[in-house]
Formats: sequence, C-alpha cells, structure tokens
Amino acid sequence: MNKIWLIIKREFITRVRKRSFLIVTLLVPLFFAAMIVVPILIATNSKEEKRIAVIDDSHLFLNRFPDDKGVYYKYLQNTSIDSFQTKYAEYGYSGLLYIPQLDIDRPSGVTYYSDAQPGLSVESKLTRRVNDLIEEERLKKANIDAEQLKAVKADISIEFRTGNEGQKGSAAVAYGVGYASGFIIYIILMFFGMSVMRGVMEEKVSRIAEVMISSVKPFQLMMGKIIGIAAVGLLQFLIWVALIATIQLILPLFISGDAVAAMNDGNTMMQGGSNAAMVEAIEKIQFVVGSVNWTAVITCFIFYFLGGYLFYSALFAAVGSLVNEDPTDAQALTFPITLPIIIGIMVMISSVQNPSGPVAFWGSIIPFTSPMVMMARIPYGVPGTVPYWQLGLSMSLLIVGFLFTTWMAGKIYRTGILMYGKKITWKEALKWVSRKA
Amino acid sequence: MNLIEIKHLYKHYATHKAVDDISFAIPKGSIFGLLGPNGAGKTTLLRMITGIFYPDNGEILFNGRPFDPQTDIHSIGYMPEERGLYKKMKVGEQALYLAQLKGMSERDAKDKIKYWFDKFEINSWYNKKVEELSKGMQQKVQFISTIMHSPDLLILDEPFSGLDPINANLIKQEIFDLSKNGTTIIFSTHRMEQVEEICDRIVLVNQGKKLLDGEVKQIKQDFKQHLFRIGFGVMPNFAQVATHHFSIIKQEQLAYTVKLTEGSTNNDILAHFIRHNVPITSFQEILPSINEVFIQQVTSMTGEPPQVAGIDESSKAFTNN
Repeated sequence: MNKIWLIIKREFITRVRKRSFLIVTLLVPLFFAAMIVVPILIATNSKEEKRIAVIDDSHLFLNRFPDDKGVYYKYLQNTSIDSFQTKYAEYGYSGLLYIPQLDIDRPSGVTYYSDAQPGLSVESKLTRRVNDLIEEERLKKANIDAEQLKAVKADISIEFRTGNEGQKGSAAVAYGVGYASGFIIYIILMFFGMSVMRGVMEEKVSRIAEVMISSVKPFQLMMGKIIGIAAVGLLQFLIWVALIATIQLILPLFISGDAVAAMNDGNTMMQGGSNAAMVEAIEKIQFVVGSVNWTAVITCFIFYFLGGYLFYSALFAAVGSLVNEDPTDAQALTFPITLPIIIGIMVMISSVQNPSGPVAFWGSIIPFTSPMVMMARIPYGVPGTVPYWQLGLSMSLLIVGFLFTTWMAGKIYRTGILMYGKKITWKEALKWVSRKA
Repeated sequence: MNLIEIKHLYKHYATHKAVDDISFAIPKGSIFGLLGPNGAGKTTLLRMITGIFYPDNGEILFNGRPFDPQTDIHSIGYMPEERGLYKKMKVGEQALYLAQLKGMSERDAKDKIKYWFDKFEINSWYNKKVEELSKGMQQKVQFISTIMHSPDLLILDEPFSGLDPINANLIKQEIFDLSKNGTTIIFSTHRMEQVEEICDRIVLVNQGKKLLDGEVKQIKQDFKQHLFRIGFGVMPNFAQVATHHFSIIKQEQLAYTVKLTEGSTNNDILAHFIRHNVPITSFQEILPSINEVFIQQVTSMTGEPPQVAGIDESSKAFTNN
C-alpha cells in the first residue's frame, strides 16, 4: 500500500508541477468568465450610434419609427430617392430606408440601403417594425380597432415544474447544463485517458517499466498511475468550480455598482437602457444558477467523472502497454476504445433533447456510455426525469464495469509492459487475459 | 550456504519452453555468471528470481526459505537488460523514488544517495534531468539506483553494454567491492571475456535447458583439450618432431601448439625435445576459454553456432512469448 502511495504521489507531483497544468487550470475558468462577461460588456458599452434616413413616398409612416437604443430615424421629406440613394453617407447616415408608394394589400419594394451589412438585430427590428405598421394600416382599413384586438390576444407564459415537489425548472437551462456536463465528461475521458496511455507508453519506451516492476507489482504501477492522474483531474476540477464560483460572486461588483443597486431594489431603479441589458444578463445567470439542483449535478458529475475515467483509463493503460517504439501503433490500438466514447457523445447529444426516451435510458445504463449520457439527463431532475432506481442501476453497473475493465487491463498490462520489439494486436492481448502470470 | 537454490524450474509459453527443468544453486557471496545465447531463457529465469514472473512449476529458495516476492524483493537489486529512467525526472529525485520503492525510508535513502553520489563524483548532477545526461552517465545513475538499498542479491543483466571503458572499469571495480562485502551477484551476459574475468561460477543455459554448471576454473579443466604451446630457441626439424606422444596442431614462428596423445604425459613432450636437444624457451598448457566451451556446448546441442558477443544489442528482440 505504501508503494502504491509513492507511485500516486510521483504521478501527481510531476504533473501538477508542469507549467502546462497551471496554464490549463487558470485558462479554462478565464475562458468561461470571458464567455459570460464579454457579451455583457458588449451589450453595456456599445456606444455606436446608427442614424437611419427614411424616405417615405407612401406617406403612411411619417414619424412612426420611434428612436431606439442607439438607433435614430430621420424623416426626409421632399427628397428624391434617386438623388439621395448615393449620397446618404455624405450626410452622415449609416443607412437609408426607402418606402415606395404602397398598395397596402400587396406591399412590396421596401428597401434598406447601407454600405455594410446591417446586422441581424437591425434587420429584424426594421422588418418587424415595417410589418407592424402595415398590419396597423390594414386593421384601420378593415375598421378593426387596434386596442380591441390587443385586448383579445392571449399572452400567458407557462411555468414548467418537474418532479413531485413541483421543482421549478427550465428545459433550456437543463439542456445547456446537461449538454455541457456530458461534453466535459467526454473531454475528460479522452484527455485523461490519453494521458494515462502516454504515461504508460513513456514507461515502456524509456525502459523504466522493468526496473519498476522489480520493485512493485505491475498492477500497483498501473493503478498508481491511474489514481495519480485522477487526482490531478479532480484537483483541476475543484479549482475550476471554486474559481468559477468566485468569479460569479465578484463579477457584479466589477461591472457596475448601479446594476447591483438596481437589482437589489427589485429592478425598480433601472437607469437607462445599458444597465437594463446588464441586469437582464445577471438575472439570467441567477436564473440558471437557481433552476438546477447543483448539489445533485456536481455530486453525480464527480461520480461519473471518476467512474467513467476509471472505466476507460485502465483500457487506455492496457493500450499503452501494447505500443512499442512506433507511436502510430497507438492510433490503431486505441480505436476500439475511442469508438464507444464517440458513440457515447452521439447518444448524449440525442439524449439531451429527449432525456426520457429509450435511447437516453439505455445509453445511461450501459457503462460504456453512461458517464456521458447520464450526466446529460441529470440536470433535467432527479428523481423526476431520472428515477432513483435508474441512477442506482447506472452507478452500480459503472462500478462493476470499471472493476472488470481494470482487472482485464491489468492482465494485459503486466504482459504487455515487458514485451519489446514486437507488434501486438488486440486479439493476442485478449488471450493474455485468461492466462496466469 | 546458498543464497539462491533453484529446483526443477519450469516456465512454458504457448509456443515454446522458456525454462524447462532448470536447477542450480548460487553460493552466498559468489559472483555467478548466467550465460546463454539470445532466447535461451536467461531473462525469463531472472524475472522468476526477481518475482516478476511466477514459475509454472518448481521451487526457488531464497536464504533457505521459499522465495516470497513481497518481502524478499527488498533484498534484491535488479538491473534489467532493458533498463531506463524517467527522462523528465531529476537525477536525485529519481534515485530517491527508486530507493523508497525498495522499502527505504526517505532519510536513509538521502544518506545513501549522498554516499554513492560522492563516491561516483556525480553530486553536481543531483538537480539535472535524466534526459540531459549522456548515456554513460545515465548508466551510472542506473547502477547506483540498483545498489542503493544494499541488496543481498544483485542481478546485473548485461551491465556493461553502452559503457565506455573507463566507466565499465569503475563499475567492475564496484562489483568486486560489493562481492568482497558479501553481496551475491548474478551476472547475465553473452560477453565471455567478462565472464572469465569476473565470475567465480557459471551456469550455461540454452533453449530453456541447463547445459553446464560449475566453477569457472573447474569447467576450464573439464573441457581442456590437452593442448600445449612450446616455444623454441631454434625451430626443430622434421626428424626432431616425429613422436607418438603428441601431434602438431599449429605451427608459429619459434613455437608449436601440440596435442598430447592419450596415454602420454606432459613430461613425455618435454623429454622428447630435450632428448633431441632442441632449446626450449617456454612450455604452457592451453586451457579452453569459456567462449570456446560455450560455442562448443551450444553448437553440439543445436548443430549450429550460437550468436555470441558482438551482435547489435539494440536490434535484438525478446521472444519470450
């Protein structure tokens, strides 16, 4: 036991000491933070103003385009489109909206001229605005009172609650969290699995393996490496959780004091449009944080991260022990292991859209895919979407699964690690499983 | 007293018998040569003695008790033929790690590292990464790592491959010192000149079977061809060499190598030349080298000469399975 501890310690320390560990550990939360902060900052600080000239030959829309956040409309009367079409930029306009004489029943020919592509939001705003105005005109023509119609229209939003306790939830948030969790598990399996394989290959190629094996059992050497790398991954994950949590907590303080004040006062003191956008963004974050059972998600995530990792890393270690000097051998040998992981990510992508379907169910039970698929389902709610018995069965099978793969890989590893200069196939390696040492 | 006794050891693989009923004993404190051509089963044998493989059948006694890898492994230092170090690790940390895996406490290990690093004058390398060292320097570190826990049994598989003559000599001297202090050493090689120089006893294996076992001196006596080399002041003429006591094997300038006829004695040869009044300057028995014994034994078993010293080490592949 003491020896396996020494091996774990070495694997852990040599990896944590590397510069790349520090870089990855710090860059990932920065990346997440940037994904949250940058859109907010852009929303807050977009000072670019658009001045749009409107030439309305139909005379229907005069002064009916209200100025919007950063978008101002100027109605040009007695100006001919033919003369102005080429000159709007000289007068300081960023675009020109031209409305010709319109047949209100068959309107056509509304055109927006600009030098650059106007961008999706301007495009959709203009389109909606013009359509609304035409609708209003038609209502007027048909003698329907606009106010009356408004009163008739229904406008309710459905609240979605799941589970027995009527937990408040949002499918969109669950989708996002599920997708992200499944995907992170996928990255972890690949990244740390490959890391184990490279470590084993390094030991074999540098010929330290036999020196080691004369002091420790091959199984100890293999497990020491696997556990050591798992500890690195776990440490990294916990640092990320802590950093992201810290960033979330202190983020509002950095952006603007006003926004926080606005939020604290129940959104009554919004000051201007820019703060509103930011408050909205922060509210969204808080909604996401509030609508998912994070304890369940993080606990299960750690379980499936470790379970899936142990399940696959032993197999990766076995592959590493089969590879010889030629690293290209590794690609052919890893294929049977990466294939189920890739199938898993595909099942995950379909399960996150239909978390209660048969594909999702089987995918989250079978240990080859369960770490990814189950993590995609759990944010939808336990025990609502994922009953306890399914979670229990999935976890038990994963434990049985990794005990089996570790046992099998150990058999392959102990023979493979001492074989030099010979190309070994999976078929041969599997024969070693049933052989005694 | 024997440190190791091997009794009827078997290790069979699917396609061949790597070790097939081998027995021998290694006396405490001896330098024991394990010889054999490539693929003879040497490495498999050593891996069983170091507890890496379990024998299919047979028994290994260590210090008179059945060998228990769990505890006895701490009394063994094994430098395998396929050896190496963690390239990215610092020399000192590497030595410390390997020593701790052999059951040493951190403090003892550090003391020993200091002692050996001083002795080999490599203290300045302590914080260097292994990959920064030359191959010969790495071999020194490797050797120190193998002996640091003062093993009772030191197993060296081709210890001199890749070493320059100066370092080879340094390590050879260390082997003798360790032996003097009571360490039993198993020395596996196919470099026969080293065997004669270093080993007290040898065992010769081929195709998983033991061919020969005994003291080096005794083996040379057992396999002697009764050859003598006689030096002359003046070369004898034809008439002067006509006798039934010997036949001439080889003629050199002012010397003959002769083979004694059965029933004759050494003195018969000398008497013959003295009688013919040929001036003799030297008379010496020629004993077979271990190399000759090796080739003769292996050839007589397989019908073709074995691969011996001088082949390219790195291109060789194990075929244990």
